[in-house]
Amino acid sequence: MFGMEFYVDPSRCIGCQSCLQACEECETHRGYSMIQFDFVDRRESTATAAYVCWHCDDPTCAQVCPADAIKKYDDGIVGSSLKPRCIACSNCVLACPFGIPKLMAPQEQMMKCDMCYDRTSAGKRPMCATVCPSQALAYVRPEQIARDRREKPVNTFYFGNQKITTKVFMMTPADEDSVSIDVADYTWENADALVRQTQ
Amino acid sequence: MRWFGRPNKKPLWQDEFSVFTADERYVSRRQLTKFLTLTSFSMFVGNAWILLRAWLHKSPSYTARPVGKADEIAVGSATTFQYPGPDSPCILVRTGADSYAAYSQVCTHLSCAVYYSPERNRLECPCHNGAFSVADGSVLQGPPQRPLPRVVIERQGETLVALRVESGGQV
Repeated sequence: MFGMEFYVDPSRCIGCQSCLQACEECETHRGYSMIQFDFVDRRESTATAAYVCWHCDDPTCAQVCPADAIKKYDDGIVGSSLKPRCIACSNCVLACPFGIPKLMAPQEQMMKCDMCYDRTSAGKRPMCATVCPSQALAYVRPEQIARDRREKPVNTFYFGNQKITTKVFMMTPADEDSVSIDVADYTWENADALVRQTQ
Repeated sequence: MRWFGRPNKKPLWQDEFSVFTADERYVSRRQLTKFLTLTSFSMFVGNAWILLRAWLHKSPSYTARPVGKADEIAVGSATTFQYPGPDSPCILVRTGADSYAAYSQVCTHLSCAVYYSPERNRLECPCHNGAFSVADGSVLQGPPQRPLPRVVIERQGETLVALRVESGGQV
């Protein structure tokens, strides 16, 4: 939109949580942050990662929605659920490979990042990108990213056999063409196996 | 039979409720409102036009025209003629020695030609068993809702002259 793209670089995240605060300021969901904020490995490191919805080209969350409440708009943004339609079934919460949708129990509605559609559709930057001091969340022109960063923007993800292309870019090492994540690596079963091995 | 199937391989529900707003085929509230407004406006204009036409309607003028000789047909029999134009078939019945009745031959139901039935002394339409009175053209039975238009006949000497067509009146 307006020649700008969203770039996420977790390696630049300093854990200030400004994005969470800025996101909460939004009129459309005041008090609730749509940013995903993780401590990567809390026991070993202080590293944090903040990221937004990746706005898949073929959004799984919308595909599984039985109420047609999640729509992908013409400019590539996957909207938050439409309040009159969402039935809070959490199909999307379970289906999203990135774990983006959040079921808001008080509202009985799924809410997720819509890249501040009220702002970006009018040419403004999303709230999180405006406040991020290290520009781990950056909403800039592709030329600027190519000029300023060593990392390579990538928007292809592999979750096992599922290939996902997204609107939002992940900054990866320059020799990577895609991000491949095997969810099985992060399951509790493997962790138990490691624990058993050490005992 | 490929043309018969839907060209899209996607299941119907996915086609109808697309994830992408660009492929949506919903009727929005605004579209529906626009449709209702424009439709009712055009209905209003149409009704106003009909009303206006009824107000400005002038009854057509007819020219008297001889349609036959007075003793050409026997009492209790009928003949046909065209009045007011060659495309308007009419039927003339001699009901008595000196009385004649003439009506449009076009049935007011579905425009079949009516004929005179001497046995029952009425005008009958063979298509749907409609029947009209010879006395005034009113409907006696069957599906027609309006009486037959009546042709006013005047005897001038030996000649029968059609003067005008009177509409069949109300139901």
